[in-house]
Amino acid sequence: MERLRTPGVVPLILGFYMFVLYAPVLLLPLFSLNDSIYMNFPMKAFTTKWYALMIEDASLMKALWASVKIAVLAAIVSTILGFLTAKAMTSYRMRGRGVIFGFIMLPLIVPHIILGASLLTFFRLFLDLSLTLWTVGLSHVLMCIPFSMLVLIARLEGFDRNMEEASYDLGMSAWQTFRRVTLPLAMPGVLASLLLCFMVSFDEFLMAFFLSGNQATLPVYMYSLIRFPSFIPGVLALGSCILVASVVIITMAEWLRRGKDKV
Amino acid sequence: MSPLESMISISGVSKLFGTVRAVDNVTLDIAQNEFFAILGPSGSGKTTLLRLLGGFEIPNAGEIFLDREPVSEVLPNQRPTNMVFQNYAIFPHLSVNENIAYGLLNKAMTKEQVQDTVDEMLELIRLPGYGLRAPHQLSGGERQRVALARALVCQPKVLLLDEPLGALDKKLREEMQVELRQLQRTVGITFVFVTHDQEEALTMADRIAVMMSGKIVQVDTPSALYETPSCTAVAEFIGNINLLPGTVEAVGETVVIDTGSTGRLSVPAGQSQARPGEKAVLAIRPEKLRITSEVPDGNYNRLRGKLIAESYAGDRSYYFLDIEGLSRQLTVANLNERQSSTRSRIDDVEEVWVVWPIESGLLLTS
Repeated sequence: MERLRTPGVVPLILGFYMFVLYAPVLLLPLFSLNDSIYMNFPMKAFTTKWYALMIEDASLMKALWASVKIAVLAAIVSTILGFLTAKAMTSYRMRGRGVIFGFIMLPLIVPHIILGASLLTFFRLFLDLSLTLWTVGLSHVLMCIPFSMLVLIARLEGFDRNMEEASYDLGMSAWQTFRRVTLPLAMPGVLASLLLCFMVSFDEFLMAFFLSGNQATLPVYMYSLIRFPSFIPGVLALGSCILVASVVIITMAEWLRRGKDKV
Repeated sequence: MSPLESMISISGVSKLFGTVRAVDNVTLDIAQNEFFAILGPSGSGKTTLLRLLGGFEIPNAGEIFLDREPVSEVLPNQRPTNMVFQNYAIFPHLSVNENIAYGLLNKAMTKEQVQDTVDEMLELIRLPGYGLRAPHQLSGGERQRVALARALVCQPKVLLLDEPLGALDKKLREEMQVELRQLQRTVGITFVFVTHDQEEALTMADRIAVMMSGKIVQVDTPSALYETPSCTAVAEFIGNINLLPGTVEAVGETVVIDTGSTGRLSVPAGQSQARPGEKAVLAIRPEKLRITSEVPDGNYNRLRGKLIAESYAGDRSYYFLDIEGLSRQLTVANLNERQSSTRSRIDDVEEVWVVWPIESGLLLTS
């Protein structure tokens, strides 16, 4: 069969698409190096003072630290839960598997504003919890589990089920088999899940907006700054740092997930 | 063989998956040091039977004895059996050394003792110096040997092998058949292997159990299985065979059966208790038939037919003939003893005789 030739218009469409998608994102690092508090052309002198300003801003650093704590915790908890779910989904053909799968995936589909509002009601009215970083963390775990489960199901389905049986056969207990065979084989998936969940939690805004108390997470804090022009360059600098970190982390997660050591 | 002498004794074992009887009331004894094959088409339940022996499945009925101990509900990690899995299930994150030593991790051995044992195993499987390699650096045959070593290092009473040569190419498979046989003699352990490849079973096993739809149909030595299959299903599964159905006419030392339009044929009575008037099948292997232009003297059966096709397979050729009154073509195998250029070719669509000595035939009643 003759291969279809790519029509000449495709690169054009692609170019336009990339421009619309990424040009605005690239404005962020561009203006973060501009010596003016207003984001408009022509640009003035090159400066790194916004970055220095960013580091000196104690409440911004506090918000960053809060976000990192939540993201680390959410990544670990949801990866553990996601692993257990993925293991159950791939090892057993239980009844209602599809239904359970659907319910776990639900947070991906339900609008976050609905989810945030209902969680707020739930935490405040029913559990009478005061809003802290813990409530934000809990909501992030809920959102991260689908990602974690999907990544780990893909990984666990990739390797021969006989591996675990071989381990039992060679005299190992269930726990030893998990530690010596299942976990090492699933490790690239586990790391990918940790990184992905970290990112999902780190830049999550809506839930944090609803559920954080007097300590804001970074996205919530940044949102509150946007109204004041003098703070904008600092936000741009921080945004650029996050952008770079995100790209690095997601690339790593994807690289791990695809893992060249396919079994 | 009485159950007392056998290494494995399977007694009335059934295994159900939902409503499917994967293993259906199987009773089987396997002797110590025997190289035993379970042969059957896919879906015959042979792998389930092997998994029952390994402890990966628990029977719904019956009992399995291993060295006279009931083991039906003993877990795989507590059983004196070890398994070589179909795709070898070599741990990809461990080196060859670590793979082989895996079964020794729970034993009270020093590092040096473990390494010595592993080295011995590497010697046994003829891969000395391979210890530090990673599994992905090994060829299919090498992986298989590592899987063997990993299982044998635990010194099981029974080694179970699931389609041990299935993943290898033909040439390597033939080499490994000989090697496995030698290995089994060296280590003196009972080997039970599952295969769908009748040639593999015939060349390696001391005895073969033929399994079909969850049941054991026949247990015999390779030659007995090939020469005297107990029913048409076994006869057709193992090697090629021509089946000529008919009605029993006269019974004596030889049985005469009337095959309708193809005429009357004689066959030794053998073990069968055929009675006149019953339906029976005359079975004859292709290599026992001969194509001639003249009918020889003596105790021969003969059929007149037309040559339809020839298929050349190197060491032998197969000829396919249309016999009047026979719905299926008759297959004749002929060793190509002479070079093909000097071999007299049989012309197409020629009327020929197919003949065979009466004693080569086999009477099957089921």
